[in-house]
Amino acid sequence: MLGYYVQLAVHSFRRSPGLTALMVIIMAVGVAASMTTYAVFRAVSGNPLPDRSAQLFVPQIDNLGPQNGATRANLPDALTYIDAMALMRAHAASRQTAIYPIAGNVVPQDGVHRPFAVTGYAAYTDFFSMFEAPFEYGGAWSDGDDRARANVIVISSQLNRQLFGGANSVGKNLDLDGRDYRVVGVVDRWNPQPRFYDVNNGYGFGDAPDVYLPFTRAVDVHMGSNGNNNCSASSKPVAPGWDGWLQSECVWVSLWVALPDAAAVQRYREFLGDYASAQQRSGRFQWAANVRLSGMMDWLDHEGVVPPETKVSMLVAFGFLLVCLVNTVGLLLAKIMRRAGEIGVRRALGASRAEIYRQFIAEAAIVGVAGGALGLALTAMGMLGTDLLFDPDIAKLAHLTASLIGMTLLVAVTAAVMAGIYPAWRAARVQPSWQLKSQ
Amino acid sequence: MQIRPIISALWHHKSGTVLIVLQIALTLAIVCNALFIVHQRVTRMSRPSGVDEAQVLVIRNQWIGDPTQQQARALMSSDLETLRRVPGVVDVYASNGYPLGTDGWSKGVRYTMDQKSAASPTAIYFADEHALATLGLKLVAGRNFRANDIGDMAPRDSLMPRVIIITKALADKLFPDGHAVGRQVCIGNAPPSTIVGVVERMQTWSGSFSDAWVERSTLVPFRLLASSTAYLVRVQPGASQDVVRAALRGLFAANPLRVIGAKDVQAYDQVRASAYRSDRGMAILMGVICLVLLATTAAGIVGLTSFWVGQRRKHIGVRRALGATKNDILRYFCTENLLISVGGVIIGAQLTVALNALLVHRFEMQRLSLTYVAVGIVVVLLLGQCAVLVPAWRASRLPPVEATRSV
Repeated sequence: MLGYYVQLAVHSFRRSPGLTALMVIIMAVGVAASMTTYAVFRAVSGNPLPDRSAQLFVPQIDNLGPQNGATRANLPDALTYIDAMALMRAHAASRQTAIYPIAGNVVPQDGVHRPFAVTGYAAYTDFFSMFEAPFEYGGAWSDGDDRARANVIVISSQLNRQLFGGANSVGKNLDLDGRDYRVVGVVDRWNPQPRFYDVNNGYGFGDAPDVYLPFTRAVDVHMGSNGNNNCSASSKPVAPGWDGWLQSECVWVSLWVALPDAAAVQRYREFLGDYASAQQRSGRFQWAANVRLSGMMDWLDHEGVVPPETKVSMLVAFGFLLVCLVNTVGLLLAKIMRRAGEIGVRRALGASRAEIYRQFIAEAAIVGVAGGALGLALTAMGMLGTDLLFDPDIAKLAHLTASLIGMTLLVAVTAAVMAGIYPAWRAARVQPSWQLKSQ
Repeated sequence: MQIRPIISALWHHKSGTVLIVLQIALTLAIVCNALFIVHQRVTRMSRPSGVDEAQVLVIRNQWIGDPTQQQARALMSSDLETLRRVPGVVDVYASNGYPLGTDGWSKGVRYTMDQKSAASPTAIYFADEHALATLGLKLVAGRNFRANDIGDMAPRDSLMPRVIIITKALADKLFPDGHAVGRQVCIGNAPPSTIVGVVERMQTWSGSFSDAWVERSTLVPFRLLASSTAYLVRVQPGASQDVVRAALRGLFAANPLRVIGAKDVQAYDQVRASAYRSDRGMAILMGVICLVLLATTAAGIVGLTSFWVGQRRKHIGVRRALGATKNDILRYFCTENLLISVGGVIIGAQLTVALNALLVHRFEMQRLSLTYVAVGIVVVLLLGQCAVLVPAWRASRLPPVEATRSV
């Protein structure tokens, strides 16, 4: 029976090729616009670490005070060095790392290549295990290295290719800003997007970091933060020099903790509140403890990682698809009602209402398949154009994956079938006697 | 022309009529809001930066290793000297940032040191006596920095300027009476600084966080002795290409221990393009969606009207046989479309406002001005009339003899 419907549909398309082509093209354009913007949205709003995100948390402490605009919902989105170090020392979570973004220049020792700029992070050894960074060679530095403020470095596989031709470089030396570091590990291709651990510095998307240094070492060599540094909490001028900055109320350090279960989360929350209360008692804060502990996905949401452009364009594109749908309903209706006579004949010859209904739903579905196929081609073209429309770092993330291909076809066919329901219902209600009489 | 027969004819095509009304309503809502987004983005992109962009280049430089303060001062003045000697260079200065750049400093401005909350945020630009001439900033009151105003500052030192130059936007915000020169304000937590000059305009760096205070900038008379520096270079018209080549050669010859990457040398039009990249993309996307949407709706109107004309061949024939002119038929279909469109835009206007309210609420967009809705209504009505012309014209050509033929 399906074969017969397809045959009838093809016959009907031949009779009005212009109208059919119009329906297919409109459906395709609507689907392509929606799927392209959706692909970008999905790429930026995804969970960068699906199997771990539920256990990773970010503490925040209000060192700003209500008079400087801090509220329960609006806390500084980084910590002071003093607070970050106090929380690290307390070891209240099973694993924890303070992090800040760094930038430096690598000086190749071959005497041929010019020095070049690299970016990366200063962190503790737990960084790698907490965030599941895979290693190509070697591994993370040890807890002892953190404490010894050792001059060790973990580099990306990209930097390893550039400097060491991709060979195992563990144990080799690397000159960063005129200082020697011993390579202990090469991180395999690893670049979770959005880069959840650094979204508070506005670096949510981009190429993988090149280097990772022990936090303690980076502070020792006075490597400043390559991210935000907010001193609005300091009521008096910051004391001069590096140590003045470390001891200041400027916030620039991120802290991440791993908390395996709800009980641990509760304990950490209490610990955090107690810490802030102690700061109040000591006279540092003139306000009641105001702290927050956010899970990873809440944190990404709180930091507004998904650019509003992405959401607005998706909204408008789906509105456009809705118009395409309404349009297709109208055109299908016109097409079907024009064939009222033919329907009357079929009904008179014994076709049931259900059969007529199915016939026209099949016709609509075929329009959907054709629209989906064309839409897929347009979506693929749209993917090439995303870097004209969105930030290139974000556009790079949108790919035509198998699931997206499936979804494009599904959306097209579903939309077309939905558009076909009313016209098919109308067709099924055609009275055979009227039609035959008017002939 | 009588409206009643048209309405009664439409009553017989309820579903088709409802569909076109709905489509026109949705089209109006989306097109108005999309065009409003385009308008906002284009307005943002066409904000003047205050910089004489055609003649200014940016060279970002990083020293290798940690030069001491003395070394950094020597390196910087040697670089400025090198750049000044390059043929085609008019003027040059070093800073921490520049309008439309990717990052920079900001501080709160207070009237007194013990004022609790800041009167206004401001962008901080390090400058010397060459800054105004290099960027082409217009001094509207007071004076430029003098050579003896300029001091050195280490990156971790507190910013404590004795004198500052501010933009007119910041001056108007701080001193609405219009007399800013000679007054004192506190930058961050610093002791009071005297305002010695006001420049017409100097934008902050790019990014949405400074959208509310985009022209409130402050120039401070310091050389920032940090390992990374931006050199702002004013070149003679048409000389950029040669200057870039000669400048890089000169800088690396003077001291090879530095990094100036491929993206670190930019003409100002590149700075502007990357600052407004996502705005431009959004404007293009919304513009394209508008065009395609209008085309889709026009196609839908043509399709459905053609179908109606086909259905009513006999009626048209009868009317023509009874003395209706071709113009009468043409006018009939145009009026019919106008009625439908008016129904569509009435619903559409409400949808437009509702969609805008959603965008305002969820995405902090601005409220749509009613002019947009009015213009949108006119566009959609005109579009409907144009779309209906072809099928209506074809209907008017039907000969009266159609009345006697069977379908």
